Amino acid sequence: MKITKTNYALKESEVTEESLYLDRRQFIKKLGYGTVLLGTSIITPSLAKKSTKSLKEELTDYKSITQYNNFYEFGTNKLAPYENAHTLKTTPWNIIVEGECEKPGNYSLEKILKGMTIEERIYRFRCVEGWSMVIPWNGFSLASLLKRFQPTSKAKYVYFETLHDPENMPNQQQDHLEWPYIEGLRIDEAMNPLTLLATGLYGKDLPNQNGAPLRLVVPWKYGFKSIKSIAKIRFLETQLESSWQKANKVEYGFYSNVNPNVNHPRWSQSRERRIGKYRKRKTLMFNGYAEEVAHLYKGMDLKQNY
Amino acid sequence: MYIKEPYFTKVFKPFIFVLALVPVFILAWSFYSKNLGANPLEAMTHQTGDWALRFLLISLLVSPLKRLLGWNQLTRCRRILGLYAFFYASLHFITYLWLDQFFVWEDILHDIVNRPFITVGMLAYLLLIPLAITSAKFMIRLLKKKWIQLHKLAYVLPILGIVHYWWLVKSNIYEPVLYAVILLIIFIARFICTLKKNTIGQTCE
Repeated sequence: MKITKTNYALKESEVTEESLYLDRRQFIKKLGYGTVLLGTSIITPSLAKKSTKSLKEELTDYKSITQYNNFYEFGTNKLAPYENAHTLKTTPWNIIVEGECEKPGNYSLEKILKGMTIEERIYRFRCVEGWSMVIPWNGFSLASLLKRFQPTSKAKYVYFETLHDPENMPNQQQDHLEWPYIEGLRIDEAMNPLTLLATGLYGKDLPNQNGAPLRLVVPWKYGFKSIKSIAKIRFLETQLESSWQKANKVEYGFYSNVNPNVNHPRWSQSRERRIGKYRKRKTLMFNGYAEEVAHLYKGMDLKQNY
Repeated sequence: MYIKEPYFTKVFKPFIFVLALVPVFILAWSFYSKNLGANPLEAMTHQTGDWALRFLLISLLVSPLKRLLGWNQLTRCRRILGLYAFFYASLHFITYLWLDQFFVWEDILHDIVNRPFITVGMLAYLLLIPLAITSAKFMIRLLKKKWIQLHKLAYVLPILGIVHYWWLVKSNIYEPVLYAVILLIIFIARFICTLKKNTIGQTCE
């Protein structure tokens, strides 16, 4: 597998220590993954010998990233996914591809990963609940996969579905949300080079609670758009309705771009708490990725299209 | 049921007093030993709020329990339990102002105006303050009938508390529903008592 490094550099910065990035492998070692990592990881390459130049914001620690999750299929409190997601069966894993494309089918994960270049991308992650993290993901751009399926000119939207397996995802027996979990992007959002399909984090295979084996990461949108454990991809001509839209249309829109100027009835979107820090910081437009994505929404009223 | 004096005053009441402090000690210890998870300030906000609501309900459970067990002494614990509701609500309020908002008044005001769950929560806390102030025994004598009227607010506060909680949660309303059911039972017990009172002249406060 070829490994390259792409960093959509985090620009705005408060206190930054490069040593922290260097410390990372040390940190992973401390957690006991050090040597295991090199031997067992199939999906995610090891992080050995990587450049350390571009990080500007402190990474959120591995424990917080993997023990503070919203993955309602495994419970609604933040620790529940960590405690319960071991029941998720990630092998074998297949993704059904259907809709407006030339090459629909049932693809095995191996087939999907074949020939993909796994990159490391350090992204901010902003939850609609007002907290945020900085996460070193491993993965590949969604565009590189979608192109393989040859979407037709009718493919205006991409629909994603999480695995539906109530037996192993116990909370799917509850009606907190309509299952399976559904999310979607406009095709140009999906094709934007920032949009990532993650296979790992911190150089390690994605833990189940973080959406193993394959999840979406859309860093300029609120976290719930970054659907986990994807089992179905469908190309659509018309806009779909996501799970959270169905649950509460007033609060959750289709776009759900991080936007400090659009008020939310529960949580302040103008500021956020970075996990591991106490004081809140200002939330940036498009979560700090305006340069890369603002053009997608040119001429749109973002207060209407929240 | 009956506990002999001086044991009720010297043992049982202090026991309740200390027991009610256990949650705050556990919380403080968990914070100190970094056991509150990745977002400790959120955990503190939630837990102090939980306990404020719980003590509001516990203080209202005193009367029906007293009638159920025929344990009239229990009424003497009601004030301290109500004050603990105020204590935890104050911790909740301070946690919000300080650890959540760091006294950024502009944001706090924005929250109160724009977030219905915070509006209701603030209202609940404001209404709790006069109850705490007038909780002393001499106040009962001083205010007489007005005191009884004022302290009927104790039945309104948990409603506000539950609404505050209900509007906060995203989709799993299990806990606020649980509290609502408990409150409903309290109301039903009170209603039944009022019906009986008309026939046998029992008091329901």
